[in-house]
Amino acid sequence: MKLTSLLATAALGLGLATAAVAADKTKVGFVYVGPVGDGGWTYEHDQGRKAVVAEFGDKVETVYVENVAEGPDSERVMTQMALDGADLIFTTSFGYMDPTINVAKKFPNVKFEHATGYKRADNVSTYSARFYEGRAVQGTIAGHMTKSNIVGYIGSFPIPEVIRGINSAFIHARKVNPDVEFKIVWAFTWFDPAKEADAAKVLIEQGADVILQHTDSTAPQAAAQAAGNVITFGQASDMSEYAPHPRVSSIIDDWAPYYIARTKAVMDGTWESKDTWDGIGAGMVGIGEISDAVPAEVKAEALAIKDALADGSYHAFTGPIKKQDGSDWLGDGETADDGTLAGMNFYVEGIEGDIPQ
Amino acid sequence: MIVLEKRPQPSQTWSMATPVVAVLATMFFGGVLFAALGKNPVEAIMTIFWEPLFGEFSFYYRPQLLIKGAPLVLIAIGLSLGFRAGIWNIGAEGQYIMGAIVGAGVGLAFYPLEAWYIFPLMVIGGALGGWIWAMIPAILKVRFGTNEILVSLMLVYVAEQMLASVSLGLLKNPEGYGFPGSRNLQSWDSAHNAELFVGSGMHWGVVTALIAVIFAYVLLNRHMLGFHIRLTGEAPRAAKFAGVNPARLILFCLGASGVLAGLAGLFEVAGPAGQITIDFNVGYGFTAIIVAFLGRLHPVGIVLAGGVMALTYIGGDIAQSNLGLPSAAIQVFQGMLLFFLLALDLLTNYRIRLASKEVA
Repeated sequence: MKLTSLLATAALGLGLATAAVAADKTKVGFVYVGPVGDGGWTYEHDQGRKAVVAEFGDKVETVYVENVAEGPDSERVMTQMALDGADLIFTTSFGYMDPTINVAKKFPNVKFEHATGYKRADNVSTYSARFYEGRAVQGTIAGHMTKSNIVGYIGSFPIPEVIRGINSAFIHARKVNPDVEFKIVWAFTWFDPAKEADAAKVLIEQGADVILQHTDSTAPQAAAQAAGNVITFGQASDMSEYAPHPRVSSIIDDWAPYYIARTKAVMDGTWESKDTWDGIGAGMVGIGEISDAVPAEVKAEALAIKDALADGSYHAFTGPIKKQDGSDWLGDGETADDGTLAGMNFYVEGIEGDIPQ
Repeated sequence: MIVLEKRPQPSQTWSMATPVVAVLATMFFGGVLFAALGKNPVEAIMTIFWEPLFGEFSFYYRPQLLIKGAPLVLIAIGLSLGFRAGIWNIGAEGQYIMGAIVGAGVGLAFYPLEAWYIFPLMVIGGALGGWIWAMIPAILKVRFGTNEILVSLMLVYVAEQMLASVSLGLLKNPEGYGFPGSRNLQSWDSAHNAELFVGSGMHWGVVTALIAVIFAYVLLNRHMLGFHIRLTGEAPRAAKFAGVNPARLILFCLGASGVLAGLAGLFEVAGPAGQITIDFNVGYGFTAIIVAFLGRLHPVGIVLAGGVMALTYIGGDIAQSNLGLPSAAIQVFQGMLLFFLLALDLLTNYRIRLASKEVA
């Protein structure tokens, strides 16, 4: 009796407290696939969330849930945020695509933003970054820096985004070093320090002295540091704790400008459904500082490519490029269209091995 | 001085009381943990245990409890049969995956046909997938005396690789722009394990879980096979004299738990999850082990335990979102539950005495 009345009082207090906060603040929810402390993908999304708080202060309230499994759990978390009065919800993993669409149907007044997917609705936008532009810069540095001519690549899942990155890095490495070869290991995870460390060690044992990674932890950086003469690049976040060596540069996902712009749009009532795919130029893809471990002329060349990508005078996929099987893909001077890039499921000529099926 | 004294008989009272005490202890120490993280412990515990059941949005969360709890109960019921007889199937997660793959595969073979028999065939496929995967450790144990704990556990990782493989190849959605994952069964009526009443959370998996609970209850209490299972676990020597055939028992217990885990996988993939993806499995097969023990390996207890576990998941996510608790804290909280349960289990078999030093 005593306990129940105590609980009831507490519940009432809780209800009043939440009701009081809800008044005319814009509430923004974030659903994360990993822990905010992963140092990579989720970490950068959370930096974006913090930027929204810094920008709008008292006018926004942000909530997030981390480690949300793709599937019914994510659907429940999104529904819960919508029920709790969120105006805008960012769902930051590809696997949240169908759940996002399902929940969006039930809450037509809530705006949804799904990262890296292709399904949209009146209240669902999609956004992604042209990470392959960053890979072009990486590939250029990698091609110059490798002495063994073997570049190791840790892939996560063989999806278009990752394949695009491998192709872009390879094309640009070959451009500056015709003898370079790529060895690709598929980790089948986005974040698993133990598996990523194993993959890096295997690649190093096979002679790789440059490791590129499309997974989110810093474990490959640590493995390279232990090996000594191997260089790496930060992925998703700067990973500057491993600079200047082994980490010589990085691709940084900078979601802050986009998150701020979209939150602003909801506040102003100007939000509408669209597909955003921004690169270096718009600031969604950042190139972390190229460290002194890289010779000055290589650094200058890499920065020149970065600038050309940023101002649009150069496209990372500019022909002539052939597919792995030797067939023609892009003619001389032709650039890849977004549709082909979005669904890319083939290697370019020169990469060995098959994409896992 | 504290002395542990072995009870002549395991205590019935403590056997019933430990799960409850374990939940209470978890609430208390969980509260201490949340307080250490700078959150109001009462509010946090309330959010986890009260909010989903009686909070403002309980109309949504209550059905979610069924969706989250059903696979746990279904798998745990199967596991409990073997656990009672000392047959340790640790690989339900793998059987769950294989049930989903085979069941979804059977369904997708008919795509885009609309016919009433597709879903029943998928159910059979799901059961078969789980059963076959459980038969591997069963037959190896019967034939070669291998350890079923190791074999069934290792097969989980094999199943995960198969899941990745079919997501990227065999079952990949041809209209998915090259992304991994199968077609979404939710948008195909003949294969969709939809809610039986809209908004109720009741889908065929929930119904099957309830039927499994009743069957397990009858089996254990009214049937010779159930008696043999209990006897083997409680008094292996007596079981031998009573003429229990251990090989038959191993095949039955592992087979039954495989079938139920496979069914859970099928109902999940055809219903709440909707599609085969690389990350389809979220650990139900492992959590079900906790549920089985928390429920004292008793069918009714397992239903209650499944409810409590589902509650901590759903309430845990609410607490993350509303109170900003890190997900790691929720996981520690869930881990505490098993820890206290196992620790307090000591009281079932031992009694604690405060004894003065005696002179020998």
